[in-house]
Amino acid sequence: MLLEAKNIRFGYNKSKLVLDGVSLSVDAGERVALVGPSGCGKSTLSQILAGYMKPDSGAVLFDGKPLPKRGYCPVQLIYQHPEKAINPRWKLRDTLTEAWNPNAEFLDEMGIAPEWLDRYPTELSGGELQRFCVARALGPQTRFVIADEMSTMLDVITQAQIWELTLKTAERRNLGILAVTHSLELAERICNRVALFGDLR
Amino acid sequence: MSRRVMTIALIAAIVIIIAGVYIAGAAMNDASADFSQKSLSPSWEHPFGTDLLGRDMLTRTIKGLSLSLFVGLTASGVSAIIALIIGVCAAFGRGVIDHFVNWLIDLTMGIPHTLLVILISIAAGRGWRGLLIGIIFTHWTGLARIIRGEVLQIRSNHYIAAARKFGRSGWWIMSRHIVPHMLPQFFIGLILMFPHAIMHESGLTFLGFGMPPEQPAIGIILSEAMRYLSSGMWWLAIFPGLALVIMVVLIDKLGECVKLLLDPVSAQE
Repeated sequence: MLLEAKNIRFGYNKSKLVLDGVSLSVDAGERVALVGPSGCGKSTLSQILAGYMKPDSGAVLFDGKPLPKRGYCPVQLIYQHPEKAINPRWKLRDTLTEAWNPNAEFLDEMGIAPEWLDRYPTELSGGELQRFCVARALGPQTRFVIADEMSTMLDVITQAQIWELTLKTAERRNLGILAVTHSLELAERICNRVALFGDLR
Repeated sequence: MSRRVMTIALIAAIVIIIAGVYIAGAAMNDASADFSQKSLSPSWEHPFGTDLLGRDMLTRTIKGLSLSLFVGLTASGVSAIIALIIGVCAAFGRGVIDHFVNWLIDLTMGIPHTLLVILISIAAGRGWRGLLIGIIFTHWTGLARIIRGEVLQIRSNHYIAAARKFGRSGWWIMSRHIVPHMLPQFFIGLILMFPHAIMHESGLTFLGFGMPPEQPAIGIILSEAMRYLSSGMWWLAIFPGLALVIMVVLIDKLGECVKLLLDPVSAQE
């Protein structure tokens, strides 16, 4: 198994656990959707899986080992709000190269126009910014992508485009994908396994 | 004219006035004593009058202001840099360092300002050096607190967490992401600290703890003038005092203008 969560418990305060004994495993090349209502802990789980937060107990294993604390993390998280995940004072070229150096071909494939690279985040739309976030997360060392409501804020056409781009790259490089979403339709469309979460369990 | 253009014009005008006073003061010779001209009230020849030794008060005032500007700029510059370093360290260090810095800020702020400047300047050997050190070590607190809060806020952004996951080091994040965000705060804080420093310099010198009496500082002029106020020589105190106040108000205005330009909320209005 590529990414495994073992019996994870987590609570933002001591008295109330958000995640109580959650286990999940996703293999390379597999696309799993995590579907559930608001506030059931989907985002919390994805942040724990990507190593942004530590669980109170339980373990996250990548290739059988804990996630690296330093250096490039092979599990990358894509957020719901691209404008919060990009430094507003940087040109997008800097934002992109902070992660890795994609070539022109890849950018073209991602639907990123070369002239966007010299603009600031306020000069692009949410969908355009999200393309940067996706492109940035798909560096050569990335082996697993967690998309936390990645396309929720976008209109339907952009949503379809972004997912198509992501899935194409994932397929080619045999990446594992965990897609967090509200929408069961989207989940069934893009993933080969759906994990129901929260009250739907 | 848009407000932006007007603000920039105002900033330029203030900078020119301040630089003019500073350069004029630095280039002038000390006012020479001329006993045939002593204790004259203001006239066209001596707009600010002359003192008991027949020295032209306008020359003395500009010289004094120039010296105050130098002391103020040096002190607030160093103080602001201390604030930046301490603020960033506190926000980054968390835990023990953060507690220590907060304790230090509370301690420094808790002691009456003037008293603390006097104590430090005496301990550091008085004179202009003691005064500089005294002002430097008392003025960083407010700005450090602002910078600490701001860094904590920026640190919690998604793009900082993402940068860490791309394998970027803490140093890289601090120098590329955080410090550039701090610079506007830093410059505004620096400029607004400037009048404070000048007032403390003059105040301390007036009380006799600052500049040595042979320096032509504004504080010296004012404390001398106090002795002759009762004999009706009002111009000795009024004009230098007024000039100091105008200078301080101008710099304060400069800070407000820069804030208006750099603050993203008001920048595009």
